Amino acid sequence: MPTRIFGEPIKRAEDPRLLTGRGRYTDDIDLPGQLHVAFLRSPLAHARIRSIDVSAAREMPGVVAVWTYADIGPCQRRMPLLIPHPDLTHPYTRYALAKDEVNHVGEPVAMVIAESRYLAEDAVEAIVVEWEELPPVVDIERAVQPGAPLVHEELGTNVAAHYVGIVGDPEGAFSRAAHVFRERLIIERSAGMPIETRAIVAVWNDVEGVLEVWDTTQAPIVIRNALAALFGLAPTQVRVIAPDVGGGFGCKIMVYPEEVLVPYAALTLRRPIKWTEDRLEHFVGTNHERLQIHDAEIAVDAEGRILGIRDRFLHDAGAYTPYGIIVPIITACQLPGPYKVPNYHVEFRAVYSNTVPVSPYRGAGRPHAAFVMERLLDRVADELGLDRAEVRRRNFIQPHEFPYDVGLIFQDGAPTRYDSGNYPGMLDLLLQQMDYDRLVREELPRLRAEGRFVGVGIACYVEGTGIGPYEGATVRVEPTGQVYVATGMPQQGQAHKTVLAQIVAEELQVPVGSVQVFEGDTAHFQFGSGTYASRSAVVCGSAVALAARKVREQGLQLAAEELEVAVEDLVVEDGRVYVRGAPERGFTWAQLAQLANPLRYAYAGDLVVRPRPWTGPTLPPGKQPTLEATEYYSPPHATWASGAVGLLVEVDIETGQLFFRKLWVVHDCGKMINPMVVEGQVHGGIAQGIGGAFYEKLYYDENGQLLNASFMDFLIPTAMEIPRMEVAHQETPSPLNPLGVKGVGEAGAIPMPAVVAAAVEDALRPFGVRITRMPLDPDQLWRMTHPESS
Amino acid sequence: MKPPRFRYYAPQSLEEALAVLAETADEAKPLAGGQSLIPMLNMRLARPSLLIDLNGLHELSGIEFDNGAIVVRAMTRHRAVERSPLVAEHTPLLAEAIRWVGHLPIRTRGTVGGSVAHADPAAELPGVLMALDGTVQLTSRRGQRLVPAEDFFLDLLTTAAEPDELVTEVRFPSLPARTGTAWLEVARRHGDYALVGVGAVVSLAEDFTTVTEARLSFIGVGGRPVRARLAEAGLRGQPVSAETWRAAAATVRGEIDPAGDIHASAEYRRYVAGVLAERALALAAERAREGARQ
Amino acid sequence: MTAVGTERRVIRVVVNGVPYEREVEARLLLSDFLRHELGLTGTHVGCEHGVCGACTVLFDGEPVRSCLLLAVQADGHAIETVEGLAPSESELHPLQLAFWEKHGLQCGYCTPGMLMVLKAFLAEHPNPTEEEIREVISGNLCRCTGYQNIVEAARYAAQLMRQS
Repeated sequence: MPTRIFGEPIKRAEDPRLLTGRGRYTDDIDLPGQLHVAFLRSPLAHARIRSIDVSAAREMPGVVAVWTYADIGPCQRRMPLLIPHPDLTHPYTRYALAKDEVNHVGEPVAMVIAESRYLAEDAVEAIVVEWEELPPVVDIERAVQPGAPLVHEELGTNVAAHYVGIVGDPEGAFSRAAHVFRERLIIERSAGMPIETRAIVAVWNDVEGVLEVWDTTQAPIVIRNALAALFGLAPTQVRVIAPDVGGGFGCKIMVYPEEVLVPYAALTLRRPIKWTEDRLEHFVGTNHERLQIHDAEIAVDAEGRILGIRDRFLHDAGAYTPYGIIVPIITACQLPGPYKVPNYHVEFRAVYSNTVPVSPYRGAGRPHAAFVMERLLDRVADELGLDRAEVRRRNFIQPHEFPYDVGLIFQDGAPTRYDSGNYPGMLDLLLQQMDYDRLVREELPRLRAEGRFVGVGIACYVEGTGIGPYEGATVRVEPTGQVYVATGMPQQGQAHKTVLAQIVAEELQVPVGSVQVFEGDTAHFQFGSGTYASRSAVVCGSAVALAARKVREQGLQLAAEELEVAVEDLVVEDGRVYVRGAPERGFTWAQLAQLANPLRYAYAGDLVVRPRPWTGPTLPPGKQPTLEATEYYSPPHATWASGAVGLLVEVDIETGQLFFRKLWVVHDCGKMINPMVVEGQVHGGIAQGIGGAFYEKLYYDENGQLLNASFMDFLIPTAMEIPRMEVAHQETPSPLNPLGVKGVGEAGAIPMPAVVAAAVEDALRPFGVRITRMPLDPDQLWRMTHPESS
Repeated sequence: MKPPRFRYYAPQSLEEALAVLAETADEAKPLAGGQSLIPMLNMRLARPSLLIDLNGLHELSGIEFDNGAIVVRAMTRHRAVERSPLVAEHTPLLAEAIRWVGHLPIRTRGTVGGSVAHADPAAELPGVLMALDGTVQLTSRRGQRLVPAEDFFLDLLTTAAEPDELVTEVRFPSLPARTGTAWLEVARRHGDYALVGVGAVVSLAEDFTTVTEARLSFIGVGGRPVRARLAEAGLRGQPVSAETWRAAAATVRGEIDPAGDIHASAEYRRYVAGVLAERALALAAERAREGARQ
Repeated sequence: MTAVGTERRVIRVVVNGVPYEREVEARLLLSDFLRHELGLTGTHVGCEHGVCGACTVLFDGEPVRSCLLLAVQADGHAIETVEGLAPSESELHPLQLAFWEKHGLQCGYCTPGMLMVLKAFLAEHPNPTEEEIREVISGNLCRCTGYQNIVEAARYAAQLMRQS
């Protein structure tokens, strides 16, 4: 019987090292003779640089160099626009070190390289800058008013992009609708905040002639390509390794200024260079996300069925647009969610502000989309006196209606087309998990009779996952018996080394521990785009599966030839390929690998190579001396995961405190490679979603100063704030990829603002409260229930 | 975020420490638990040229019950207070409040003297000291003095301690019979500094139905802990009842003047101070009835 | 009076049972001392202002934030880090086994801090409730796991330790 490995909750290969303190995170790497970098970052949100005097800094103890824009050679080019878009008509990117002006607090202005980080920070303090302050632009609604000060003068506008998406006839739908409801909905700025900040170690390896860079990046291949192009090196002369990385969540996928400056220093000074971002730097130097202001309206018939939706929103792009307009496009395309929206008008403007630039953070626009859609549906339910679950049921795309075209182009340039799902099924499963009827009919009334303000909310979502362009993998059986897997998809905790090994182990029927996965090192694999958008399992997993299947075919072919049987007579089991019914006639994979390679003097353990009669070239044309395949998988378009979440909350109206009492999730990511890993991803996403609903907000004042730039004041929830989560699964496999999998990385983060809003509204129903803003906090909740006191 | 340069000195005796402090008061900072000072050093918000490490002064460690008060030597760790049977017995308000101080690793290093000397307006210990009408012993080369809590905490991070003085001892008086206490606070997350917090003390008459004395000490509503004296006065002689507590809450709201910040507005703090007063008074009265003796 | 105090000091520390003697700058943080002076990189740094808990080690057996201690303050004391948790090269501590079994880590960055605070805690509370576990780890931030499996792991570790 073949052993089932795919789909099993096996323990992670990554863990023994990480549990015993033998992880290798970037700052753990100390190279002999290394120098340390500290940056002078702008203390102002918008200013011109009149002069920078580094003379005192240069004289400080231990300082090797102090650089400004004038000193950085090839790094003087503008930072790249990574993802252009036709509607991004006014893109703008920064210089690696500020040239003439700064556009957000935290922008790098000068770079000190010294014998220690301590000494480097001392020297940074000795740099004197003369600034000419300019009016900061912070409020994006004001930024789009005529006459508003501009973030970038030469653009003549603060609007970086204006996007309009139209499906069907929204005007017509609204004009004939029985009911139209409007909401203004706001999600405030936040950030991913991995516990590990960014870090880079770079060294020019003179022995090999290679620039070696360890970087906490989610996209080492992209960084490698950027550095090679920038410094005029061949790609093979640049090696970028993402070692152990302590969380990414989107903010570590970029080409940041430090990622070119630190390698540049290594090349120029011919010494290893290390930069480790500290937490205060991270707050103002690593990308943010989230702020959007929506004016949305929904048109429904008398039964609450959606006739049309119109949504106009402003998206805060921050000071620059290096990552294009991915986030708002995702919001626009994902807004319809699991519902039929036959007529849809979505429009956004991405607006510059003198704040840290915005790029995706777990959810990447989907939490906004879900918030808007779910709030609109809850409004419909409340206004028409319908049960909130019933309204959703009436509007779901039905299981037989796949593939379903939303009608817009998704972030990957392909149509927003849902491939499979069962939305009614997942909602039913959720309500069953929640014991919804009993909860609503018995438990809530009982608690309310005690004077408690309790409420329940539900929210449904879809998640476009597994987008291209492509990923690849090499699978090779070594003559020593290990199976080598290389791919370009680094991990930051998603268990790639385990999950990808499971795929291969299943195909070849070898112990999962014998499969060794190398990801995140450009020396091992050359092509790919990185870990983002919930695509590892789908795109990389599929590439790995294709390669492993090829290798399995090669092994069967070779064994068939050697044993002089037909391929159909062979069985793959227990790490061997053998003749059905005659197990003694077979080979281990190690032996097959040796057989494939007719080297006269190869030593590889239990040699089974024997002299053969001459029949022509030892290695016939078309044959490889190895069991190895490199395959690429490029998905036709995104594959759509989905889920539903239910939440029971209690509000202490006297203090505005919010307690998360019970939480249920139903998640559908198609086939699961490792259910334990899937659940872990769902848990983590939900926790960040809860953070975004009640704790995490970045506060900018009108001068563009970030008021809560520390962990004391930016509130990441602790184990006391996050409730127990009950996760159930539904599986609607994806028809698009060889594994039937869908992504799960961002799932939990998507519905939380929506479900918290719904639950709190339910709890505060006696006060007629409407929740239209995220995150909430005790002050807000108190005001809603004490209008006379506030 | 690395500290700026400084010289470091670890005195072996209090006398030594005071002698050095006397000479260097303008540029030196004493290092107690470090849980507040070292973050400030790391962020370069504090830039002393000399750090005087008090952690080797074992004579500044210890908890005693003396003359009706729990006497805590300044370098006693919060964790020791948390674990102390003497504190649990004689000053239950302190025992209750100390569990709200940060998290376990913070309490392992943080000291009572340090917390009092630092005087964060949202910190628990200054609030407890004010509630119990405690005193702070300040010692310098010039001598020693006792300062009542009311006179010790002046404003945000500002106390009556002179630059050459060290907090050497903190006295938390125990309370008479038929007295109950309660510490309540509202924070954004478990372990955070309070948005608003209150220490309530309620003493009852022999029949346990009338309040003879009450105290309400608030944190988070001003630059220093605030005793709601009007509310306290209004509680004297009142019956133990929900109406009494509600009336006290209203008085509290009228007499305090909190400021707002990004975490909570002034109006919120004003209102919630009343809520906590009401709840804490009820709890303290209940405990007084249950015979929770000081 | 000549300037009191010194910018550098020789310190003697025992870490995971091994004695070290080093000369260090007074301002060197204990976290940096452990990681870069001694090469014990298992202890991680997440904030350097005492909130995230990733840097938690045991100081004379009790959990502390090593980013809020100066290396010079460790002179004469004993430190335990995650590298000293496993009883030997070939065995794992029940906490490590439990975290592995229950998927109590994802990126692994907060994990050493979690392990060390739990080690100290379970020594005093061998049969903790879920609430007690959540409270003791509330000083350790995790961005990956949502804490659920960490709580499971702590429970399971307590069970393993009670059984042995």
